[in-house]
Amino acid sequence: MITFMNNSDSEEEPCNERTSLMSAESPPVPSYQDGLQASEAGEAQAHRKRRAGGSGNPNNLADGERPDSGVPVRGSTSENEEEELTLKYGAKHVIMLFVPVTLCMIVVVATIKSVRFYTEKNGQLIYTPFSEDTPSVGQRLLNSVLNTIIMISVIVVMTVFLVLLYKYRCYKFIHGWLILSSLMLLFLFTYIYLGEVLKTYNVAMDYPTLFLVIWNFGAVGMICIHWKGPLQLQQAYLIMISALMALVFIKYLPEWSAWVILGAISIYDLMAVLCPKGPLRMLVETAQERNEPIFPALIYSSAMIWTVGMAKPDTASRGPSQQRWDAAEHGRGNHRSPSHEDSQMSEPGPVPTRPISSLEELEEEERGVKLGLGDFIFYSVLVGKAAATASGDWNTTLACFVAILIGLCLTLLLLAVFKKALPALPISITFGLVFYFSTDNLVRPFMDTLASHQLYI
Amino acid sequence: PALGLFLFTIARDPLRIIILIAGAFFWLVSLLLSSLIWFIAVKASDPQDEPLQKGLLIFGVMFSVLLQEAFRFLYYKLLRKAIEGLVALSEDGCSPISIQQMAYVAGVGFGLMSGAFSMINLLADALGPGTVGIHGDSQLYFLTSAFMTMVLIFLHTFWGILFFHGCEHRRWWEITAVVVMHLAVSGSTFCNPFYVGSLVPSYLLMAAAAAWAYSLSGGSTQNLRRFFLCKS
Repeated sequence: MITFMNNSDSEEEPCNERTSLMSAESPPVPSYQDGLQASEAGEAQAHRKRRAGGSGNPNNLADGERPDSGVPVRGSTSENEEEELTLKYGAKHVIMLFVPVTLCMIVVVATIKSVRFYTEKNGQLIYTPFSEDTPSVGQRLLNSVLNTIIMISVIVVMTVFLVLLYKYRCYKFIHGWLILSSLMLLFLFTYIYLGEVLKTYNVAMDYPTLFLVIWNFGAVGMICIHWKGPLQLQQAYLIMISALMALVFIKYLPEWSAWVILGAISIYDLMAVLCPKGPLRMLVETAQERNEPIFPALIYSSAMIWTVGMAKPDTASRGPSQQRWDAAEHGRGNHRSPSHEDSQMSEPGPVPTRPISSLEELEEEERGVKLGLGDFIFYSVLVGKAAATASGDWNTTLACFVAILIGLCLTLLLLAVFKKALPALPISITFGLVFYFSTDNLVRPFMDTLASHQLYI
Repeated sequence: PALGLFLFTIARDPLRIIILIAGAFFWLVSLLLSSLIWFIAVKASDPQDEPLQKGLLIFGVMFSVLLQEAFRFLYYKLLRKAIEGLVALSEDGCSPISIQQMAYVAGVGFGLMSGAFSMINLLADALGPGTVGIHGDSQLYFLTSAFMTMVLIFLHTFWGILFFHGCEHRRWWEITAVVVMHLAVSGSTFCNPFYVGSLVPSYLLMAAAAAWAYSLSGGSTQNLRRFFLCKS
């Protein structure tokens, strides 16, 4: 889901939480789009991979939001201007999301291409118990469908669980869960990843150095994600985490299951965010009612809001904020700033103080869009799988990449139009899947023949 | 060079990046459809028949060129609608990006995508061990491929400008000229590996297209002279 959300500290849960894009707009802004897909925290088991659900934040062009809210402060702004601002900033926000998604995909593809470990089949998750090494096609198909059903039901259960916890205000539990999952992700998976990369490039590293490196990386990551930190660093960590998670998925999901799961997840995403009884929608609405930011740990936000009484122009926003928020509007103003708070630490403390203390001091916030981490992860899984298994290699990967970006564009456009939380997965994943299969089977022989004769079209 | 173009002129403005990616997407879709047609044709025909396969390939190439131009036209239509929307939303009544800039960016998008698809597998293989042309093919394979790709990317850029200009002013002969040029360039690659036959005409055509596009965009020899004199 893409939303403009306040940065709620949501901890990264090992469960798959899919956050939808949400636009966390302050209440004054009518268009408060929450598209938060709850990321389900996964259990921190050895087999369990944390799937940070990507909640797409409805990328509402924050600007779009503004126009609707008719900021009282800017009484002079006309409706048109606001809308236009929305669209103008719309492009900017799209780019703000393009860059991290691209970076994540690049990291995943680079790793897949170079490190052998992630393309070897070394077993499966317990969530996909059916093997795909069966002799017949029908059996394989059946197995993959069964795997998908199991996986999706696990995700649904996790999401509902999370929503229930949120509803009954068991914040401590959620925070603990998210902290645990991010801990595991940051330390364990980084260790494995680093080990494999070093193995591939035949670089020796002794244990003390390794320990130091991983400890520093993990500790800074925890602080950055769950607490405060420079925006860029936070974004970088979130990207790293998404990439790690995606790599884990690519490794441990059998082939056909992976594709079916991708398809099923987008359908689920669609339903969970748009249906009135969908868990993600309930999560978003509950957060809206309470004027709280939704879990920041699961969301990537593209702008930063500097709160808690610090009015520092240079740190406040990534770019010039367009409008100054009125104190009154800051009730939920913090949501606007697109911060990436994917950190799992949700701070119930800061949340209430934010509106109060930072009202006057709230610097311009750059409105941004929030994209759930699960979206990052699934995009990267798609592209990574394309890179790993396609025989056409780079052409297919490139085609999937462009398809996903276009899907993201379209989703953002819809966000601007509808101004509510939207699921970020369906359109992009559909395009990606279509392009993957068609490029692999249709374009590849064509291009290969052309290249062998050195013909150009 | 195409990457340099991208970095200097497009990467600044987010709107241009979106147009670029959308252009690449349109090219991709056209490629998809054309390869679908070719695939069906190949499957329906006899795989042993060499000349027939070659003929089918040629047919596929031509068809693909036509499809690419058709998609360029569709993209033009889409961009026109988008520009109207942007104008409506803009504060001072004029759009933040002009149709010529869009033409340029669209051309670059098409070019980048086609170049990428042509080159990237080659590049990946070039990293690995091997000898060029060991089976009696030309040893200049990589070099010529690189040059051909570059000329094609530039050509796509210029064609984009010319095409959009032709559509804007309803000059059908411009549009047909672009299509004919594209067909000519693709056709000339049929002479590969007789490289002189394909590279030289392509470069000549590119120079012609460049001059044409430059004059259409409002440049002139005075501008050129001032530009060079300022630098020196």
